[in-house]
Amino acid sequence: MERITVKIDGRDIVTSPGRTILEVARENGIRIPTLCHLDGLSDVGACRLCIVDVRGQLVTACTTRVADKMEVLTATETVQAYRRTILELLFAEGNHICAFCVSNGGCELQDLACELGMHSVRVPYAFPRHRIDASHPRFLIDRDRCVLCGRCVRVCAEVEGARTWDFAERGSHARVITDLDVDWGDAASCTSCGKCVEVCPTGAIVRKGASNGEMRKRPEVVAGLKERRKHG
Amino acid sequence: MRRLNVLVCAGAACVSSQSQETRDALRVEVERQGLAEEVQIVETGCMGPCELGPVLVVYPDGAFYVRVKPADAAEIVSEHFLKGRPVRRLLWEDPQARRIVEQKKQIPFFEKQLKVVLSNCGAIDPENLDEYIAVGGYEALGRVLTERSPAEAVAEIEASGLRGRGGAGFPTGLKWRLVAQEKRTPKYVVCNGDEGDPGAFMDRSLLEGDPHAILEGMAIAAYAVGAEKGYIYVRAEYPLAISRLRVAIEQARRAGLLGTRILETDFSFDVELRIGAGAFVCGEETALIASIEGRRGIPRTRPPYPAARGVFDQPTLINNVETWGNIRHIALRGAAWFRTMGTATSPGTKVFALSGKVRNTGLVEVPMGTTLRELVFDIGGGIPDGKACKAVQTGGPSGGCIPEHLLDTPIDYESLKALGTIMGSGGVIVMDEDNCMVNIARYFLEFTCDESCGTCVPCRAGTRQMLEILDRIVEGRAEAADVERLRSLGETIRRTSLCGLGQAAPNPVLSTMEHFADEYRAHIEEGRCPARVCRSLLRYEIDPSTCRACDRCRQACPVEAITGQPGKGSYVVNADACIRCGRCRDVCPFGAVAVTSGREA
Repeated sequence: MERITVKIDGRDIVTSPGRTILEVARENGIRIPTLCHLDGLSDVGACRLCIVDVRGQLVTACTTRVADKMEVLTATETVQAYRRTILELLFAEGNHICAFCVSNGGCELQDLACELGMHSVRVPYAFPRHRIDASHPRFLIDRDRCVLCGRCVRVCAEVEGARTWDFAERGSHARVITDLDVDWGDAASCTSCGKCVEVCPTGAIVRKGASNGEMRKRPEVVAGLKERRKHG
Repeated sequence: MRRLNVLVCAGAACVSSQSQETRDALRVEVERQGLAEEVQIVETGCMGPCELGPVLVVYPDGAFYVRVKPADAAEIVSEHFLKGRPVRRLLWEDPQARRIVEQKKQIPFFEKQLKVVLSNCGAIDPENLDEYIAVGGYEALGRVLTERSPAEAVAEIEASGLRGRGGAGFPTGLKWRLVAQEKRTPKYVVCNGDEGDPGAFMDRSLLEGDPHAILEGMAIAAYAVGAEKGYIYVRAEYPLAISRLRVAIEQARRAGLLGTRILETDFSFDVELRIGAGAFVCGEETALIASIEGRRGIPRTRPPYPAARGVFDQPTLINNVETWGNIRHIALRGAAWFRTMGTATSPGTKVFALSGKVRNTGLVEVPMGTTLRELVFDIGGGIPDGKACKAVQTGGPSGGCIPEHLLDTPIDYESLKALGTIMGSGGVIVMDEDNCMVNIARYFLEFTCDESCGTCVPCRAGTRQMLEILDRIVEGRAEAADVERLRSLGETIRRTSLCGLGQAAPNPVLSTMEHFADEYRAHIEEGRCPARVCRSLLRYEIDPSTCRACDRCRQACPVEAITGQPGKGSYVVNADACIRCGRCRDVCPFGAVAVTSGREA
């Protein structure tokens, strides 16, 4: 098997080609923050939080494959500053009020803000108005908390095969929709499998009945499902 | 053989100013005056000087008529066609020399141009295959198919140094080679006709004026890289280009120039038209591919590049319309000939769409290396109404503004990049002293903010925040620190966005901040818009010594912000109620309404 050497944060790492920077870094105990990435789903590089410095170029670690003699810096001061700005932009474009959120304490966005030391949001909040769709008997979506990572869209298409979720509109009006923008409860293609709930990193797609801070998710189930399918 | 050939421009600009009605009127008159056997009337693609439309040329004398109305037809036919006396009042007049110019080729607008890609635009009927063939059309394809190997065809383009005319300037030949080297089949060739920059109409004009040239270029490339299928992606906003392409594709199929065993060789190639649904981002190649496949038009990360994984995940060659328009010329006349035009790093010509505050708006083609000053002043005829040029915007929403004192910069990919802008697809917007650079930057940013696909965070949410700050600046609510906020957000978006649209989105803002920092300062620190454009920073006042109390301004004011008694004293504008629409100033016969900007001392 072909072997290549990459240097990540000054450490020489021997690995095989075709793998992503993110995979190689994680195997070697180097943590790179991610939001839209999820083990078991395809990668799109949408959140831009996993940007790393490859000889001055910024690339997303989740979508970039390692190459021989590649030199990667995962947490330079500049990169960390960009990540914090991106997080602030995420917080400001939605209505993320942790104290009133079912996912408080179990939210990936919140965890990232803590991890990256985002102390305040320096840009003004947009306070958008979104509709909460609670038409599904077991789940609901509160788009105030949606970060448009697209995990629900991908898990529904790639694992469940239902393709209930998709994106509509563009720019700051972009949002996730069910079927052809009907209420979730009326979405005929939805199998109510609940995978979108488990993979949603925030309190946007949740189980009904959870109270403040009670919602806990298991995004790792996807990787497990994929693994079991492989072994059939 | 007819005695006279009349070429009537049928580019979209002339069509919208009634060139087709004029053509019909001419036909009726020619018939009525018994000249049907002697005069041929042909519709052509865009001739260039859109501002003067409808335009028409009469050959062999070369008389160039401008702003011809259907009512002028009878006079042109009886005076010029019958008696040989051109109708002088309709000929082009040099505005500076006040002199009527008899022949098209003596007009400075045309004199300084070098038409290669546009050589057929305005010269032949785009809906007539015979005319295209008569001027050498499909000869290049024939020669390539019968005399050259695919590798030789690729080598010729590589040797020419042609670079992508869509804006980024990637070496076209290299792109061809990468696709040719791919082992996987099928392969595809794609024409990117999703021209979306405000003020750009090069691709539209070329597709409307010479559709066969694009088909021929694509067929040559398909042979060179080993593709059998092509897609032309045109935006739905270009109905005339779409209908002419449909005609051309049909004609080419019937003549055996598209389809199986082209020109009786083993090479087969066909083209399918795809109509864009209106998203600007679909001009980005990976979004365009998604759209061709019938998916949501959003970009994806590269690599893999389309050369390896493009349409339906197969090797794909994507070039811009104008790039395709260059191919047949290079194939026919050779790389060495091509390199005689332009500069060493940017050979060939470039088509530009001139618009804004310039006398001769329209479509022009010049060799690379021409300076912006030549483009704006020699060909464009300078700024109208005695105003001074302030800046030139290139590259649309992905480009930047070049200040007047840098207009001697030669037009090539590197020089423009060094100035913080880009070549872009060829839109050139000229600005004079009445344009506010902050407002221009805001306009372009609002455009990209609206057109962001929403996938990645910096572009989706970051442009929105930048726009917010610019809103504060043009409304006089900004603070000094906002400049730094703009710069820092701009940097983040530029460096971390997923696709070219996001990465280039801050350019209009960053470039104006660099070249026109004083205008930003005036807005922020003095609450003053130097060009008197930003409404919130304007104040309308009536000068009591000039006001004659005629009451016109009060009647014109839509919000009853003006008070006064007819014939008695002076009128007064109530600043709190005034919406700064400017109607009072427009109607005042005495010039008593003054507009000022800046906080009161």
